[in-house]
Amino acid sequence: MDTEISLRVDGAERRLTVDTRTTLLDALRERLGNTSPKKGCDHGQCGACTVLLDGRRANSCLALAVAHDGAEIVTAAGLAADGDLHPMQRSFIAHDAFQCGYCTPGQIVSAVAMLDEAANGWPSAVTFEAPDGSDGAVGTGPVDLATSPDEIRERMSGNLCRCAAYANIVPAIQEVAQS
Amino acid sequence: MRPFRYERATDPDGAVALLSRSPQAAFLGGGTNLVDLMKLDVARPDLLIDIRGAVSGVIEELPDGGVRIGAGVSNSDLAAEPLIRERYPVVAQAVLNGASTQLRNVATVGGNLLQRTRCLYFQDITTACNKRQPGSGCSAIDGHNRDLAILGTSPDCIATQPSDLAVALAAVDATVQTVGPDGSRGIPLTELHRLPGSEPQHDNVLAHGELITAVDLPPLAMAARSRYRKIRDRASYAFALVSVAAAIDVADGQVRDVRIALGGVAHKPWRARRAEDLLRGGPATEDRLRRAAEAELAEAQPQSDNAFKIPLARNAIVRTVLDLVEAER
Ligand SMILES: Cc1cc2nc3c(=O)[nH]c(=O)nc-3n(C[C@H](O)[C@H](O)[C@H](O)COP(=O)(O)OP(=O)(O)OC[C@H]3O[C@@H](n4cnc5c(N)ncnc54)[C@H](O)[C@@H]3O)c2cc1C
Ligand code: SF4
Ligand code: FES
Ligand code: FES
Repeated sequence: MDTEISLRVDGAERRLTVDTRTTLLDALRERLGNTSPKKGCDHGQCGACTVLLDGRRANSCLALAVAHDGAEIVTAAGLAADGDLHPMQRSFIAHDAFQCGYCTPGQIVSAVAMLDEAANGWPSAVTFEAPDGSDGAVGTGPVDLATSPDEIRERMSGNLCRCAAYANIVPAIQEVAQS
Repeated sequence: MRPFRYERATDPDGAVALLSRSPQAAFLGGGTNLVDLMKLDVARPDLLIDIRGAVSGVIEELPDGGVRIGAGVSNSDLAAEPLIRERYPVVAQAVLNGASTQLRNVATVGGNLLQRTRCLYFQDITTACNKRQPGSGCSAIDGHNRDLAILGTSPDCIATQPSDLAVALAAVDATVQTVGPDGSRGIPLTELHRLPGSEPQHDNVLAHGELITAVDLPPLAMAARSRYRKIRDRASYAFALVSVAAAIDVADGQVRDVRIALGGVAHKPWRARRAEDLLRGGPATEDRLRRAAEAELAEAQPQSDNAFKIPLARNAIVRTVLDLVEAER
């Protein structure tokens, strides 16, 4: 069933007609030619399709395009404004934080969103480490990621890397968190 | 995926009216479970009613000191909310121990509670499954059942309820508010999900067209020190083998009150009332905790691959409650 929708993708207004079954991922890749988000599992399990959806990271493979008419989407490609790489992108290159690169756009979008979440005081499972659950309950201020690789690993656990570049992904993110 | 129509509801009554007219229609929250199941051809709705604009997306204090969570609140916002983190840390912890941030950003509270089982056969339409296709048989009983239930099973289904949030809400005595074709009602969370019995196709007691509008948490002082412990095959991003939600009130070394709920062991969040009763009024020692946990699990019936869940659940109860007791000293 066809529906007309509009999306703002990496800063550009796009109008398109989609079948109700079209996911955001397929709309981006197949209809709008933005192949930055990748299709890994297509079931919300790997994070390769991660985009910012109205400012928050989301798996575009489980989002129906019709349900997000009018949404603002940022892909990894859109993070490089005018061709200047985002600090997170530069850090991934500097730390050799990938091998085949298939998971990388999703990792980078996810990492950029994670820094915002931590700055806004969002807790993770690791933030609540006290035996009575009190750690995450108190101190709702910013969470320091730079000194806690465990926080980074937990918060990035929705992005799998089949090449297992994790050992370099964590330091790449840590460096951006420090600056 | 099969073709379907998509409509947006703007208020609960409208959503209920739209759905009640269509026997094959379904409510759409964040879609992180429903869209997945539609791709697998397990769910086959001909109409999706998007309810994100029809239910509340806010968390507010109730006059009695409790908290109301709108059904449209995202899992991420729920876990980040100071009211929840301070008064009911077990709820925030349970949410944060489930799925990934990408999923929690989109997933709603209502959808989380009604997510369907992760039983592999339920998700594979080439196999027999009484929950997916009543009367076809249960492939799990003689198949891979390591992840499945040990309590409250039936000869027709041994699936587990997968939501971590539901387990924490069962422990704190939450109430689910609904609007349906026959009006509105409040359902104790412990009565929302059902045991499979001979009708495993019904995960819960909701009628077709009944919409969850909110979840109410009662005032519960001891919940300010509460904990969720989840045991799984890897440190993050996996469903529970066993999980425990607990809160305890100890005064002068005696247990005044205690709440324990288990996940990963049954078709519903398993409130451990027998263990709670045994613990109240005596000291919170490791020995008494072990005996209470064993009594709770006395009727557990392991499947061929999951007998390990019985000692695992016992130890998880003991450790989780003991941690709370020790932190309080
Ligand atoms: C890879 C992966 C890992 C996951 N890991 C975990 C985990 O570890 N722990 C965990 O708890 N969960 C986990 N999840 C599940 C996730 O939490 C759920 O998919 C999510 O919470 C569902 O919310 P939703 O809003 O997207 O629901 P939807 O998919 O929109 O809906 C789910 C069901 O609820 C119904 N529904 C939705 N809203 C309402 C309402 N207001 N009233 C009545 N009916 C309604 C829908 O019709 C549908 O049947 C995981 C999911 C994935 C894909
Ligand atoms: S355990 Fe339940 S869900 Fe799994 S195959 Fe058997 S009937 Fe289906
Ligand atoms: S392709 Fe979306 S999570 Fe794997
Ligand atoms: S770099 Fe190959 S999957 Fe991550």
